[in-house]
Amino acid sequence: MNGAEFVPLSLPPLLIGVFAAIACALPGNFLVLRKQALIGDAISHVVLPGIVVAFLITGSVSTWPMMIGAAGASIIAVVLIEAIRRLGRIEPGAAMGVAFTAMFAAGVLLLEQSDTSSVHLDVEHALYGNLESLIWLDALGWQSLWDPVALAGLPPELIRMSATLVAVSAFVWIFWRPLKISTFDEGFARTLGMRTNLLGLALVAVAAIAAVAAFDAVGSIIVIAMFICPPAAARLMTNRLEAQIMWSIVFATLSAVLGYLAAGFGPQMLGFSNAVSAAGMIATVSGLILALTAVFGPCRKRLGAPAV
Amino acid sequence: MSLELAANQGTAPIADQVDDSPLAIRGMTVSYGQKPVVFSVDMTVTQGAMTAIVGPNGAGKSTLLKAALGIVKPLSGQSMIYGQSLKSQRHRIAYVPQRASVDWDFPTRVIDVVLMGLYRELGLLRRIRPRHHDKAMACLDRVGMTDFAERQIGQLSGGQQQRVFLARALAQEADLYLLDEPFAGVDAATEKAIISVLKGLRDEGKTVVAVHHDLSTVNEYFDRVFMINTRKIAEGSVAEAFTAANLEKTYGGRLVTGQIDQLDLAAG
Repeated sequence: MNGAEFVPLSLPPLLIGVFAAIACALPGNFLVLRKQALIGDAISHVVLPGIVVAFLITGSVSTWPMMIGAAGASIIAVVLIEAIRRLGRIEPGAAMGVAFTAMFAAGVLLLEQSDTSSVHLDVEHALYGNLESLIWLDALGWQSLWDPVALAGLPPELIRMSATLVAVSAFVWIFWRPLKISTFDEGFARTLGMRTNLLGLALVAVAAIAAVAAFDAVGSIIVIAMFICPPAAARLMTNRLEAQIMWSIVFATLSAVLGYLAAGFGPQMLGFSNAVSAAGMIATVSGLILALTAVFGPCRKRLGAPAV
Repeated sequence: MSLELAANQGTAPIADQVDDSPLAIRGMTVSYGQKPVVFSVDMTVTQGAMTAIVGPNGAGKSTLLKAALGIVKPLSGQSMIYGQSLKSQRHRIAYVPQRASVDWDFPTRVIDVVLMGLYRELGLLRRIRPRHHDKAMACLDRVGMTDFAERQIGQLSGGQQQRVFLARALAQEADLYLLDEPFAGVDAATEKAIISVLKGLRDEGKTVVAVHHDLSTVNEYFDRVFMINTRKIAEGSVAEAFTAANLEKTYGGRLVTGQIDQLDLAAG
């Protein structure tokens, strides 16, 4: 494949896939260590109706309406969970289960019932993403990377995902020590004066932003694989958090690149004429990486000394 | 209640003690749900002494400490540190949580845990310099753990983990050390090492408060004792307060008289 084909057709989706995977994997490291990994799943369920409603109101799939819709849906989810918990007098876990699935179902229902033919927003897109369609038609080849006119035509999703990755990285870098200390020992962190509840909330909010931004790339369901698989695989490679973060970035990148290539070219090599969903393949590769590290990773043994 | 009030009147007025007390708790009530775990507890810790908090399981010992430090939110009550608000005095406190309260599979090394004790110095982004590293190593040395600095924390025994926690507290260079069951599930050598470090701190004029389970060592290890069973039962020097009568009140029928006899108590 030459530059004239690769740059407009494959480079933007590849970059978006890589950025999305890293932006989710970074907060995912802490979510996994806090045993809150399924928060990512919950977020992706809850935000769907918000994104759909934002689309129905504005008629476009652009950044701010989507973010506001997602935030609104999250607030409704919190109120709903609290209401179900109090009125039903049941435990929070059960209330969450009811609220998340109900809101996701409402999102799918809304999508099916509304006319979204003008844009790439349908159930399939919502679930599996739309990576292949994020192309850069203004590009003619590698030289377009230095051409301001062509650059102006970059898919907005790429700009959005890059900005999200920068914001997520900045959050993790600036709050590295509080995140690390409060994830390991919350009580101790509080005696240092850290607002651990606020920090936990900020972490979830950052994860939510990454999830909403990655919505285009990998869809609202497969994003969960990006939160869990690279960090979990990375944990099995090392016993140091700093190294774990690095490994998770490597695995996220590998998943995105290999997944995208395998989706595009894998079926052809096997003699089929069609490609398969890139997002699905990215999730599959990340799952394979996790499986491999689970079998061969150097740090997969639980070392914790038994209680004396 | 009336008995306790009468007992309190025998000592100096509370207002005078609060001013210089490293930790003064007033009217602390904490509840996890319907039933209070700690009910209207007052405590005045004596400067430069080692105080044991004793009481049966579920009596609110750990909760009292956590509420005093703002780790759990009390229903009512407050704590003063050296006569001032907790917020302004956090830098003078080092807290050692229960060893079992954290996940020791966390991907970090011994030295990294000790460096967490330097957070006040390092802040968000300041780089860890050789002098920080040296300080952390010196703290590990005080608990006899320098050989383990590079180990992953999950590879340590329970006693070694407890020593690492103590080293982290030492790195904080505090005036008031609050420990939650520092001797729970540790080997005899570690218990000796920890008590010698704590006594060393007291001899430097620091104040040590520990939730303690083993009634047989209260006499040997501590100067003062605070007895609690949801409500405060007694507070004072070990000789005054650690009496058969108070133990009976604290533990109810849970301690048989035979056990109390073995404790070598001051005449009560």
